[in-house]
Amino acid sequence: MTSPPLGFRETVLLGLAGLVSFIGLWSFLSVSGIVPAQFLPGPLDVASRFVHLLTAPFAGATLPAHLASSFQRYAYGVLLAAAIGVPLGLLMGFFRLLDDIVTPIFDGLRFIAPIAWVPFAALWFGTGVGGPIMIIFAGAFPPCLINAYRGARFVEPRLIEAARMLGTPSSRMILEVLLPAAVPSIIAGLRVSAGLGWQSLVGAELIVAAAGVGFMMVQAQGSVQTPTVMAGMIAIGLVGMLIDVLLRQGEGWLRRRRGLDS
Amino acid sequence: MGSISFRNVDKVFGHGTGGVKALDDINLDIADKEFVAIVGPSGCGKTTCLRMVAGFEAASAGSVLVNGRPVTAPGPDRAVVFQQFALFPWKTVRENIELGLRNKNLPVGERNDLVASALKLMNLETHVDAFPHQLSGGMQQRVAIARAYVLDPEVLLMDEPFGALDAQTRVVMQEELVRLARHNPRTVLFITHAVEEAVYLADRVAIMTRRPGRIKEVLDIKAVRERENWDSHARIEDVMDLESFVHLRTHIWKSLREEKGFKDV
Repeated sequence: MTSPPLGFRETVLLGLAGLVSFIGLWSFLSVSGIVPAQFLPGPLDVASRFVHLLTAPFAGATLPAHLASSFQRYAYGVLLAAAIGVPLGLLMGFFRLLDDIVTPIFDGLRFIAPIAWVPFAALWFGTGVGGPIMIIFAGAFPPCLINAYRGARFVEPRLIEAARMLGTPSSRMILEVLLPAAVPSIIAGLRVSAGLGWQSLVGAELIVAAAGVGFMMVQAQGSVQTPTVMAGMIAIGLVGMLIDVLLRQGEGWLRRRRGLDS
Repeated sequence: MGSISFRNVDKVFGHGTGGVKALDDINLDIADKEFVAIVGPSGCGKTTCLRMVAGFEAASAGSVLVNGRPVTAPGPDRAVVFQQFALFPWKTVRENIELGLRNKNLPVGERNDLVASALKLMNLETHVDAFPHQLSGGMQQRVAIARAYVLDPEVLLMDEPFGALDAQTRVVMQEELVRLARHNPRTVLFITHAVEEAVYLADRVAIMTRRPGRIKEVLDIKAVRERENWDSHARIEDVMDLESFVHLRTHIWKSLREEKGFKDV
């Protein structure tokens, strides 16, 4: 049983109320001294540190510069996951043999958390460019593959029959029937991948020795600068939200263009 | 050239004791350029007959032949028009019609000419660049028919093609199909549960029993149609008023009513 939907104004007001209560509780816990300040820095400390870090370098770079280097690493990881996961998923959706070979391996591997790959990522690909990208890849890859696979596997059978009746060769079947049919599912998968990839970032940057928000947070943790750690967390949260909002917009635009929503 | 033969065809779905016999000893020969409709109660296996000719299903016993050769896989020599249209939603009208021609590796110029004539044939010229979801059901089915016709197939397989259309659109499409079939006859296997549609369109009507489906009776409509000069009437309702039409329709109705699974639609 769900309640009737609220208007836009009410939704915004409720959201604001939640945010204000959250910050209020946070302030109360840190300012009152119930939780010592070095364990839980207050919202004002964190906010001022956040603003400060926008221009002042910490661990070799400003916060935007750390974010930029994180984002680059992240983009490589997610793009690599999409570039391998989507085609492989489509092929598995079309060729039953490939499905039977890959699925058992994949079903086991996908439950290993990205952070569990840290030791081997460092060992195999180093702590420079390759290792961190592999960890982000490990986070972003499964949804790319699963959604492309499901999209291709569960295309309306009539469309496959129509294409076969028209004499469509396999390559064209994949590119012009399975791929477009799977697009909504692939886009949804990319959105999940983008989120999981971004979540894997801090883990990936545990082994980075140059720059990145995760790197910055690890450095700050070493010198017990909790406001800086928390500023990093907030930066990660905000950028993650931004990525999700942009991808949602893109997904909605694509669906409308295809006449899936009206 | 395009003939279809069913020789002692059985179809069983499933295996062993869980298997269900859908078709029992189907024998039917459709000559080149003949229009044959199969009518029967729901679930009698009439669509399965068409799907075996298309190459979507294999016969469990017996053989299905097109031009004397056994059917092994789907192909553009046997174009199918589906009840639910089965157009590619991401392709425009032109792209939908053109796909089969591209698969045949025809040069662009030839493709354009063929697509243009198919568009003209089905009165689709003004909708070339529309996507299927922008068209009414009737228009979508015109695209599907154009997509099948443009291949110049040896046989045309139509699986309740007008079943998803509203009554008025259906009548228009039936009249157009008669126009096409009489002016440019080709081999058609047409599946329907609408008795009047079958009598109006077909040269012969095959009546099936309830499951396991058998061919119960085959009626020669063409002989009556030519004798009584049905084609001198442009409108479907005038043909349906003719005594000879009513007589055939009633005969088929009675035959179908004997089958328990038959429900009036």
